[in-house]
Amino acid sequence: MKEVSAAAVTDMVAKLYQEANFSLPADVVAALKAALAAEESPQGRAVLETLLENSHIAGRNRVPLCQDTGLAVVFIELGRDVHIGGGPLDAAVDAGVARAQREGYLRASMVAGPCFRRQNTGDNTPAVLHLDLVEGDAVRITVLPKGAGSENMSRLAMLKPADGVPGLIDFAVDTVSRAGASPCPPIFLGIGVGGTMDRAAVLSKKAMLRQAKEANPDPALAGLEQQILDRVNDLGIGPGGFGGRVTCLGVALEEEPCHIASLPVAVGIQCNSARRASGSI
Amino acid sequence: MGVTLKPPLSEEDTRALSAGDQVLITGTIYTARDAAHSRLAALIERGEELPVELAGQIIYYVGPTPASPGRAVGSAGPTTSSRMDAYTAAILSRGVRALIGKGERSPEVAAAIRECGAVYLAAVGGAGALLAERVTAAEAVVYPELGPEAVYRFDVVKFPAIVIIDAHGGDLYRSGRERYRR
Repeated sequence: MKEVSAAAVTDMVAKLYQEANFSLPADVVAALKAALAAEESPQGRAVLETLLENSHIAGRNRVPLCQDTGLAVVFIELGRDVHIGGGPLDAAVDAGVARAQREGYLRASMVAGPCFRRQNTGDNTPAVLHLDLVEGDAVRITVLPKGAGSENMSRLAMLKPADGVPGLIDFAVDTVSRAGASPCPPIFLGIGVGGTMDRAAVLSKKAMLRQAKEANPDPALAGLEQQILDRVNDLGIGPGGFGGRVTCLGVALEEEPCHIASLPVAVGIQCNSARRASGSI
Repeated sequence: MGVTLKPPLSEEDTRALSAGDQVLITGTIYTARDAAHSRLAALIERGEELPVELAGQIIYYVGPTPASPGRAVGSAGPTTSSRMDAYTAAILSRGVRALIGKGERSPEVAAAIRECGAVYLAAVGGAGALLAERVTAAEAVVYPELGPEAVYRFDVVKFPAIVIIDAHGGDLYRSGRERYRR
């Protein structure tokens, strides 16, 4: 049994959460550059150039890429042969998020009592923690600062099995069409299919962790991703919503078994500031 | 490139703008988002004085990150405008000439903008670090207890935005999308 201290988890989360907010992942920068080459609309190209320059400035000035430094979605793959010592894991993660907020001058964007009080928690906690138990003796941590502009435009549908793939595609395209300019296009889509209502939503977040140009290893699902991407880009929303060819930079779809009577579909929208960072202990 | 706007603006200034025009703003603008809008709209509804004079001014929908030492402001890009739709007609009734945010507005807001001869501008969402470089000073002037939701006075230099909804029925989100739809 390997011993990992809760303090080491806190250190890693604090480091990753700041790193994610000050620099875009290399694959996202590459996707923005590819979009710049493909975009026909002058206003769309200007937006893409602005976003690439913004990424440079954020790193240079150590100013967050976006003022919405996100709700802290944290994924942990915990090896079965690891014992976390010195405190509970969820408290260690929250301590890391709070330290990142303080040290990185990030925004405290969380409110407690969303129905009535809506009182800012002051340190951007709690995180939303997804924990998976895996083989081995490592702790792999991935942070996904999730902005509300895109999150608010995400949708979930409990489709009928008879709706099938055409229904799924229509729902995804309609979700982006309704979202329009609000989720800061060009966007990414993370689509979760199957499981229960809650599992489909978690799958859609996990799909967002995939590298921008990486297709689903299943050729049929890869084809479905491409079909959704093409249909979404035909909407013409474009960078910034000012009109253009590139509305979406990538579609990642993940599926899981579901009930014979169900076809849950969660369409998660990620904004152009598609921030994430990973590390292992 | 771009039309220079120096607030306070007249109705003539904003009526001269068309959807798709690039603008560069230099001078003073005011920030407000959900909580500040809710409070200001309640005062307007009761016919009371506002704690800040908004006639001729530009309102920017933004909740910046805290400024790190040596900087005027933290990251400061636009937030989603539709959350302010319910309050916008009231805000425009006090002479606000331009609104900056991102994302579509309701038909009611578009109508109010046309009636007042005002304008709705978008800044690039996701460009908070770049836009922050155009803000030279920031001060919480109303509701400082709201933190990022306070009303700040921003001094800006060549702050870039694009006209989305103009006073003549133009809407870049609609026309841009129509042009590139397949």
